[in-house]
Amino acid sequence: MKAAPFEYSRVADVDEACAMLAADEHARVIAGGQTLVPLMAMRLTRPTRLIDINHIAALCYIRVENEAISIGATTQQCRVERDALIRTSLPLLARVVPFIGHAATRARGTVGGSLANADPAAELPLIAITLEATLCYRANGRTQDVLARDFFIGPMTTSLPNDAILIAVRFPVWKGNVGTGFHEINARRSDFAFVSAAAQVEMTDDGRCRRIAIGIGAATDFPIRLTAAERQLQDTVLEPAKVTSAVADVLADIKPLSDLHASAEYRRRAAVNLATRAVADARARALGENFRAH
Amino acid sequence: MHIRLSVNGTEHTLEIEPRTSLLDCLRDHLNLKGAHAGCEHGVCGACTVLLDGVAIRSCLMFAPQAEGMALTTIEGVTPGPGELSPVQDAFCETHGMQCGYCTPAMVLVAHALLADNPNPTREDIVEAISGNLCRCTGYAQIVDAIALAAERIRGANRPAGLRK
Repeated sequence: MKAAPFEYSRVADVDEACAMLAADEHARVIAGGQTLVPLMAMRLTRPTRLIDINHIAALCYIRVENEAISIGATTQQCRVERDALIRTSLPLLARVVPFIGHAATRARGTVGGSLANADPAAELPLIAITLEATLCYRANGRTQDVLARDFFIGPMTTSLPNDAILIAVRFPVWKGNVGTGFHEINARRSDFAFVSAAAQVEMTDDGRCRRIAIGIGAATDFPIRLTAAERQLQDTVLEPAKVTSAVADVLADIKPLSDLHASAEYRRRAAVNLATRAVADARARALGENFRAH
Repeated sequence: MHIRLSVNGTEHTLEIEPRTSLLDCLRDHLNLKGAHAGCEHGVCGACTVLLDGVAIRSCLMFAPQAEGMALTTIEGVTPGPGELSPVQDAFCETHGMQCGYCTPAMVLVAHALLADNPNPTREDIVEAISGNLCRCTGYAQIVDAIALAAERIRGANRPAGLRK
């Protein structure tokens, strides 16, 4: 459980980090290191150089940008957990962050690190897919955007170029009677999810669904959004049986992961169940907030 | 490489390999054996220390990453030599330990929790220690210890008549 030797560089600037990354194909970026360090300890990865971007002050922030919430890549997960703006503007993210690892790993783990790591079971990629986040990266002195659905391309694999560094993620903010729901199944509290489901809905004052987003995590190589189910559910009152059948229709066509912990069929069944509950919670919260406001 | 580490209020200058984990650095270079090596890959929590007052896992960090931050280990929580912090006292009184392997980490997590939330619910305490494994106690006495410490720290600066 000891990492192989490497060089360590603490950088003060993103372009300096990009240049180092471009100069050595075996160099790796480290931010919180909560996944990278154990992988190195088990020698599953042996970078020649670690480029520590944790001290680039310009990458650590949570702010409003063009009606979206932008979060800097090295912002620690514990900061998101406690942030008032996140609680009011991105309720789904606020609900999900406490499920990431444990308090001690959220204290070091970063938002950008979890997204770039692209673990199929991780919560942040699921929320990025569900809410159609935009990821922002820097390479060759240029800043570029990529949609979450084009960013995650496989388990632990993203479309990020080799010499690029993820610098921020932007989440759109929903207005109106918004409610959220999230459920996951795992063996122990905050352990890796076998299946997870996230939902965000906006309800009209007369109790119909104006807008809905449903995402499923940990069941496939990367999180998926159930757009076909969403189309069926829009303008309905989100009756649970209808939600179940809409979600089951979409999931009938996917090929879930299968492993020691959970078979493909179990994952499919659990995903339908968790998504139904997540939508029901989201609906109830959206309507509850509305009723309290009157 | 040369690094400077601030541990329990003392500055140290060290010559280490970059791959040295913060845990190994504390134990082997600074002879602070209170942070325990358990799984060494971020699962058991036995290596927990405080970084700028927040509980983190010292096995999930390389020592150079901690440069410029203030570290507190179990050796740094006592008010003086031969004394115990209120949290340590409470662990003794409620039998919050058996073999003691997880104990320094549990105590530090409790310190971080109580600094942030002086009045935790039982659920807050359970959540705070949920990342720390104990194979002896069944956790109940640990939760009792932290609740007792919280009660004592809350009452510490109040006149005797107002204490529960």
